[in-house]
Parts: sequence; structure tokens; C-alpha cells
Amino acid sequence: MSWIGKIGRVGRIVEPASDPPEERVAPPTGVCGSLQLRHVDAGSCNGCELEITGAFSSVYDAERFGARVVASPRHADGLIATGVVTRNMHQPLLNTLKAVPEPRVVIAVGDCACNGGVFAQGYGVVGSVADVIPVDVQVPGCPPTPQQIITALRTVTGR
Amino acid sequence: MSAATDLPGLTATALQVVAVVAGAPFVVGGMRQVRARLEGRAGGGVGQPWRDLRKQLRKQQITPAGTTVVFGFAPAVVAGTTLLIAAILPLIALGSPLDSAADLFGVVGLLFLGTVALTLAGLDTGTAFGGMGSSREITIAALVEPTILLAVFALSVPGHSANLAAIVSATADHPGQLVSPGSLLAFVALAIVIIAETGRLPVDNPSTHLELTMIHEAMILEYAGPKLALVEWASGMRLTVLLGLVANLFLPWGVAGAHPSVLAVLIGLVAISAKVAVLAGVLATGEVFIAKLRYFRIPELLAGSFLLALLAVTASYFFATPT
Amino acid sequence: MTTALDDSPTVPAPDQGLTAARQARGQAVLSGGVTAALGVVGVAFGLSAVFGQSWHLRIGWLLPLVGVVFDLGPLGGFFVAATGGVSIAVGIYAVGYAQREHWAAFTLVMLPLFVAAMLLVPAAGSVTTFLLAWELMAGASLVLVLSEHRREAVRSAGVFYAVMTQLGFVAILLALVVLSAAGGGDAFATISAHSGAVSAGTRTAVFLLTLMGFGSKAGLLPLHAWLPRAHPEAPSPVSALMSAAMVNMGIYGLIRIDQQILGPGPNWWGLTLMVFGALSAVFGVLQASVATDLKRLLAYSTTENMGLITLALGAAALLSSYGAHQVAAMAMTAALLLILSHAAFKTLAFLAAGSVLASTGLRDLDKLGGLARRMPGTTVMFGIAALGASGLPLGAGFVGEWLLLQSLIHSPHNNNTLLALMMPLSVGAVALTTGLGIAAMVKAFGVGFLARPRSAAAEAAAEAPVSMLAGMTLGAAACAVFAVAPVALSPVLRQVLAALPTVGGNEAGPALGGYLRLPGIPGSMSPGLIAAALVIAVLVALGLGRWGWRRRPVAAAAALWACGADSLSSKMQYTATSFAEPLQRVFDNVLQPETDVEVTHFAESQYLVEKVTYRTTLADPVERRLYTPVVRAVTTWAQWVRRAHPGSVHLYLAYGALGLLVVLVISR
Repeated sequence: MSWIGKIGRVGRIVEPASDPPEERVAPPTGVCGSLQLRHVDAGSCNGCELEITGAFSSVYDAERFGARVVASPRHADGLIATGVVTRNMHQPLLNTLKAVPEPRVVIAVGDCACNGGVFAQGYGVVGSVADVIPVDVQVPGCPPTPQQIITALRTVTGR
Repeated sequence: MSAATDLPGLTATALQVVAVVAGAPFVVGGMRQVRARLEGRAGGGVGQPWRDLRKQLRKQQITPAGTTVVFGFAPAVVAGTTLLIAAILPLIALGSPLDSAADLFGVVGLLFLGTVALTLAGLDTGTAFGGMGSSREITIAALVEPTILLAVFALSVPGHSANLAAIVSATADHPGQLVSPGSLLAFVALAIVIIAETGRLPVDNPSTHLELTMIHEAMILEYAGPKLALVEWASGMRLTVLLGLVANLFLPWGVAGAHPSVLAVLIGLVAISAKVAVLAGVLATGEVFIAKLRYFRIPELLAGSFLLALLAVTASYFFATPT
Repeated sequence: MTTALDDSPTVPAPDQGLTAARQARGQAVLSGGVTAALGVVGVAFGLSAVFGQSWHLRIGWLLPLVGVVFDLGPLGGFFVAATGGVSIAVGIYAVGYAQREHWAAFTLVMLPLFVAAMLLVPAAGSVTTFLLAWELMAGASLVLVLSEHRREAVRSAGVFYAVMTQLGFVAILLALVVLSAAGGGDAFATISAHSGAVSAGTRTAVFLLTLMGFGSKAGLLPLHAWLPRAHPEAPSPVSALMSAAMVNMGIYGLIRIDQQILGPGPNWWGLTLMVFGALSAVFGVLQASVATDLKRLLAYSTTENMGLITLALGAAALLSSYGAHQVAAMAMTAALLLILSHAAFKTLAFLAAGSVLASTGLRDLDKLGGLARRMPGTTVMFGIAALGASGLPLGAGFVGEWLLLQSLIHSPHNNNTLLALMMPLSVGAVALTTGLGIAAMVKAFGVGFLARPRSAAAEAAAEAPVSMLAGMTLGAAACAVFAVAPVALSPVLRQVLAALPTVGGNEAGPALGGYLRLPGIPGSMSPGLIAAALVIAVLVALGLGRWGWRRRPVAAAAALWACGADSLSSKMQYTATSFAEPLQRVFDNVLQPETDVEVTHFAESQYLVEKVTYRTTLADPVERRLYTPVVRAVTTWAQWVRRAHPGSVHLYLAYGALGLLVVLVISR
């Protein structure tokens, strides 16, 4: 019951929204403000995952721009892929993309997903995400900040 | 037959169905917003589920290999049963032409028909998660049925009938019996039933990503595009319709009569919207304070609600107000 | 599946094989045709008896001293018509089934004889005729159960069934003999006329004995254990006849003897019927929901439905004894409707299960699956039966259940603690039964027929031949009529109710028109209108789903989402055991599963495990807790009595002479 008081005292903790980004990718189905993404970890160190979790937390709140993470690729508009593509995750990444209904987008988050990052020459590595599947939006950074991730999402949602 | 020429009643019923279809995504959006604000976030807005639905309707339809027509038609069956329930219930006005065709037992049966359709679809996918979701859903449905029928029994005692118009008008005529022990116990039992049937916390977490904690979500993991939109819409409509049922059973003021005027219909619409909005807000607020129960604790919760419903019936017998 | 009749493998010459096939077809057509014809005769006689034409027949020379008396009234006619209807569907079905399963000659001959015996039981007009017809029916069914006697499971089931049937018969024999002695005559008409002179003690004794005997035949707790043993092992058409027609004879006996002849009983009679009915219903459906053998599931479902019917009967009797005749009439109509709808959907279910068994050789749900694409007709039929069994709207069992619930909630409760307690508990029992019944039927249909096959035999399934599908279609048509147009039964039900004055027969009963209306009580329902409205609502929903179709990319088929893996094997699907596991856990204390874990270590080192075997058995707890001690006690007592049988012929002659002397002295 002390929670009610706590909720009242803490109030709103979300960061104020910045201006929407200029360049955009057209929203996949033409509906602005609705983007469901399936997260795939193709071989990351989980640094980008923590930042993505931060982006969807109460402080940065990516949901207010219409983005949401879903459990099944069939429910998703696209993939949000992190990490360099390892040999074991090569086929699963392709299978996951195949399971997403058209029209779909792929967002690559982090240096590893964009260009291999620090793991580019590894022996267990196939390549970056762009080498394996067509990528629509790239978010460079090691790891990128939640604000950068949200800006990238907003280029797709249009909100 | 008089029902066919009963134009005000027919109009009110049609308006009910349209209101449920249009308003259900707003109810879901409103609940998400209440939750977001209590968590200190901004939230996606009340219109977010509508945007999601419109988007899903424009996506590709996928038929997974190995599924049959059961998987294909289940979303339409779930949505259809919910639409029919919306047409039967006295949400805006009492004079639904289907009121004498189905009473509260019929409504409960239609509700379970929708559950069975979705459960069979989950089994039809042939995936492990689909079977898991179906197994859990049907266990909860089986254990919830005694409570729901006993609650119907308790509600039918004052009006001497299980037909909905009779129950609502009996409550409207004798508001004093709302605070009788039978009525209060029936309300609590019905609240637990609705939480279990619509898959809200503490029975099921509608926003979980962990398949092993899913009940309803696990059955629909294979649905994509328009069928997914229909399933999500049907879930929202179920929640709206059940909240409307509880609202009009226990707070029947504002419901238009059997042959309503245009003004009465509008008042009815505003009243039911307000009541459902308030109940949805209370439910969402409650959800912020509870965690999901471990699956094998749910039968204990349902057994408790069964006991409450049984006490509700016996209380309404022994404390019956003479008519 | 049947094994070959001779052990040495022979390859018959082609035209020899053809003649043998033609001969088998001719025999099957004859057997099935006679069965169906008997069914038509039964329906004709039954319906005519219901609508007022009463049939009397006395054959004086057939039995010494008393003769054989047949007396068909509305009540008997109802059951004869129901049995006849089931037999028509089963007869047509058996034409194809007998050929598929290579039935032996004696099975083909016994099938029509069994049906004839079943048609005679409700027509019996005197105690001796009744007992004679009863034994004929029991004997014929036993022979049919033992059709595949070369299998061990069938033999043990047959012995179990024979013993329980005979014990039940002894109870019925005692009851009817006591009744006829007290009633002053052998014919039912005589006993009815003098039923007022029967003392209260005799009534109680007769009621309890008939409850035991007829209850056992109907499959009520605790004497139900023969049902889930015998019905799965019998050939499927025989299972259908037994489950849909023979168990009704137990209910007929209860209604005829305890309600019609003995007249209105004290209120504890109705209470006892309600309690045993509720217990049978809940226990039966619980066992069905955790059963993995398809036919065992259906057999336990029979116990459940008979429990519901007995509950309705008991409610009618109890309400009548408290003067609530209108509500009692409703409960009695519910019981009659439930009998008919159960006959329809249970026949259909067993015939569909037989089709699956004939095609795949499997009864185990854990190995079935994927039959929807391979056997679409059978799948649709089983779906209709499962919908009827689950008591949902648009199912055959919905109207009867609705009437039962309405009669329970409208019972008068002012100043009546017994009714105020019994009715809510009964509603709770009926509701739990419905819920678990839904779980059981969803499991049977979803696991058995949908998704992908779980074994090679299921993958090789092929659709049933035309005669089997025709028999099933008849059952499906009956289910459809009961589901949306029960008005067709209204005249029959009214006539039968009028013949039962002690359970509300003097009242009008519910009006089964386009709308079902309850006389004098607010409450109505229209199954046909619900069905039509549901179809419209589903079409509207489909329309909603089409919104925005112009902007959609082309639809596609895709592989199942396997969480990134390349494919899902059919072993990854949920089985019937896993589907029912949460329910089994919840009802652990009632089901009492036996778990066996066996760990085998390597010979070289007992720290390394080679193999772990896990076995769970769900035996019937009533059998384990009640029958086993009784059997053990009887065996011990029998061993003790054996001391009197040393083997000396002189001693046995002395026993015989002594016994004869005693009988002569007593009968003097």
C-alpha cells in the first residue's frame, strides 16, 4: 500500500521526447506509429541487448513512438538484430527472417551487426548481419545509446 | 414476430455490437495507458492498439504447413461468438431480439465455444508451444466453469430467471439487494472468473515474452497478419463484453428500457462506455500491484472463487428479500 | 485387430480369394442388413407405442407356469425407439466394418440377436419375461465382447464383465422376486395395481437392490468398473450398441420399477439418485479427461452421461416429493432428452473411433494425429460427436443440459434446507462435469485428429468405406436435429412424460417449440436461433478480417516456426498424456496415479546410469480401493470353504441329499 504513495511521489520519470529524426524509411505497411519487432541475438556480447532493454524501459520508453518487442516473428514487422553472425546462428537467423510476414524491415543494432565490430576476424564468425540478410536501418555504436536506438526506431515508425 | 418489427430494440442492439467492435481496442489501449502512467512512462497512447490492428490487417497472410481448416477458421469463430455475445447482452438497452434466445447459460456456453475454437487451433499447429498453451487454457477453462455457473445461479435468484434482461431489470428495481451478502460474494467470484477467462494478471500475463509463462499467447504464436488481427481484436472484445456484463449486472443504471427512445439509447451508450472505462481502469490499476501466480497455484485461486460462488448462492437463499 | 483364424500361412488362389471376399461381403451385408431392419422395426413399434398404440402379447407355452408376456407402453416404447435408432446406424456401419475387420461367423450372427434381445427388454410385461430378456441381452453382449478372444486383454475384460453382469443380475433378480411376491403377481400390470399394498421395508429393499443392479448396468459408481474394461475391447459397432443402447436399459429399469411401478418414493430416494449420479458424473469425466486410450475415454464419458441422467432423475423425484411438480417435469424432460442425445453422439463417437481403429489399428491417442487430412469424413463425424459430448451450444447435449440446469436453479427453496443445499452442489457438479467434459473432448479431437501423425500407422491411414460413412452420417444427422431443432422431439417427450405421473407427469413440461419455454417460469432459449445468429456473426467476423485486403501482399504457406531450428519433428507435438497432465496434477488425490521409476546402472560401475524407465499408470481408484479388498475377502472365504470339497463322491452325494431334504422341509 505504500506503493501508491511511492507512485505519487516519483511521478513521471520518462525522458522528454526529442525532435523526430529527418531521414526516414517508409513504415512497412504504410501505417505510422506501429512497429513490432522480434529481437534476434546472432552472436552478441549482450551489451547491445542491455541498451535495447534500456530503450524500452520506463526512462527512455520507446513504446510511446509505437515500437514494441514481440515474442513470435509471425507477430512482427521485422527483426532487430544484434551481434555478429556466428556459424551456429547463421541458419536460425535466416529461418527467423523467413518466418516474418511481408512487408518487413531489418534493423541492425551495434557495430558488430553493422560491420563485424571487434569480432570481425573471428574463426566462428560468418560476417555481419548485412552480409547475411538485407538490412534497412543500421545503428552504429559499441554499444549505441538508448537515445540512438530510439532515433533509429523512429525513422521507421514515423512518429 | 414482434422482435422483427421492434426497430428501437434492433437499433440499440446493432449499436451495441458496433460500439464493442470499435471500442474494444480503446479499452485495451486505455488499460495499457493506465499501467504505463502508474509506472512513470508515457505509454503509446489510447489509440495504439487501433494502429496495431490496422497494420496487421495489411500484412501478409501465412498458412503454416500441416495445419487444417480448424487453424484457419478459429479466429473467425472466436470473434463471431464474441460478437454474438455482444448482441445478446443488455449493454445499451434491454430489448435485444436475441434476449429470449439465449440466457446467461447460453452466453457462458458461447464463451466456452470461442475458447474451444482457439484451443483446437493451438493443438492444430503441432508445435510444442501451441499444445502447451492449449493444455493450460483448457485446464483453467474446466476449473472456472463451476464458479461461473454458480455465479449465474446466484444472480438468477433475485429475478427468478437466468435471462439477462430479467436479471438487469430486477437489480434496477431493487437496488438495495446489491449490498446483500449474496450479491457481493457473486461480484467477487465473477471478478476472479473474468480475470481467468480473459487472461489478465494474476492468472496470465498478456505482455510476456517468455513462452513457458504463456497461456493465451502460446496458442496464437503461429498466427500472422489478418488472422492475428482478428484474434487480438476478439481478445479485446471479450474483455470489453465481460466488463460490460459485470457493469450492467451490478450497476444497471443508465441502461435503456425495452423500447427506448433515441435519447435513452444515447444515454445508454454513454453510461456503458463510462462504466467499462472505470472498470477497466480499476482492473489495470490492480494489475500493477500483483505478480503472476505460478501456474499450479491457479487451481487454488479458482477453488477459492468456487467456494465464494457457493456461499453466494446459499446466502441469496437464506437472505432472500421477499418479492 | 483380429488375427488369422488358422496359423499356417496359406496363399489362396486368386479366384478362391475373390469368392471368399464375395462370400464375406454377402455375410456382412446380411448381418448388417438384418440389424438395421430390426432397428427400423424397433423404431416403428416404439414410436407407435409412444403415441398411444399399446401392444400386448402373451405366449403361454414359451415358459412353464407363467408364460412370456410383452406389454409395450409409452415408456417402454421410448426406449425401444431409441435402441432401434442406434441399431439402424450400427447395422449399416457394420456392413463395411465386418469386412474390414474380417469378423468371424459367430460375431455376424450374434449382432442381430443382441439387438433383438435389447429390443425385448423394454417390451417385457412381466418379471420373468424381463429377467429372461435381460439375461439374453447380457449373454449376447458377453459373446460379442469376446469376439477377439485370442487377445489376452479381451479375455480378462470378458471375465470381469461376465462376473459384474451376473452380480448385477442377481441383485435385480432378488429385487424383482421380492417385488412380485409383495405385489401379488408376476405381471407388471398386476404389481402396479397393488403397489399401494407393498410395505415400506419392502420398498426400501427393492429400491436399494434395483439401484445396485440397474445402476451397475448403467455404469454408475461404484459398480462401473466393467464399462472402461469391456467397451474398449469389444468391436466398435458392439461398443456403440453397448454404450448408446444397452446402458439405457439400466436407466429404463430405474424409471420403470422405482418411479412408475413403485410410485412416488420418500425424498431420500431422489436424494440417493442425485448423489450417485453426481459422483458418477464427476468421477467418470475426470477419468475420461486423463485417459489416453480413445475408446476408454468414450467409455468413461458414458459413465459421466449416465451420471447426469441419474442426477436429473433424482432431481425430478426429489422435487416431486416436495410438491414442486412443474420443476420436476422439467427435470424429467431433461433426463429423457439427455438419454436421446447421449445415444446419438455416443453412437457417432464410437463408430468414428472404430473407423480410426480399422484404418490405423491404433486406439492410443498418443500415437494418433494428422487424421484430418487422411480421413476427412471420419474427422468431421468425430468432431460433431465431440461437440455433442461437450455440452456446448450447437452440440447435441446442450439443450438437455440447459433444461437440467434450469430445473435445478428454479427449485423452491423457501424453508427447505435440503433443497437449498443440494441444488447449488448439484449445479456445481454439473458445471464441473461440463468443464472437464470439454477438456476430454478437446483432447480426443485435437490430439487424435489434428496436427501431424505421431506414428507410422497414423500416417498410413485411409478413409473408411461408404457403408461405414453412411452409418456415421445417420448418427450425425440425429446429432444435428437434437442440436438445432429439438422441437422434433416435443410430441414424443410429452407423451412419455404423461406416462410418469409420479415425477411430474401431470404437468405440461417445457414447451419445445422454435423457442424452448418453461411453463409458469420465466426462462426461454432457442438453439436454432443461436445457431443461425452464430453463423451470421462468424460471417461478419470474416468480413472484419477482410478489411484492408487490397493492400496485402500475396498470401503464402510457410514452415512452422520452430524457434529458429530447421524443422519440428512430429514427436515434438503435445501428446494426450501431456495435454492432460495439468488436470492430472490438480486431481492427484482422486486419481491416485502409480508412478514407477526404474534406474539401471552399468554393470561395470554403479555410479554410471545406463537407463531410466519411467512408468505412470492411471488405474481406476474405485477398482483398486473397493473391488480388490472385496475380491481378496471372497477368495479367502472361498479357500476356507474349499475344505468341504475334499473330492470324495460319497460326500458330495450326501451334500445333495441333505440339500434336497432341507428344500422339501422348507417348502412344506
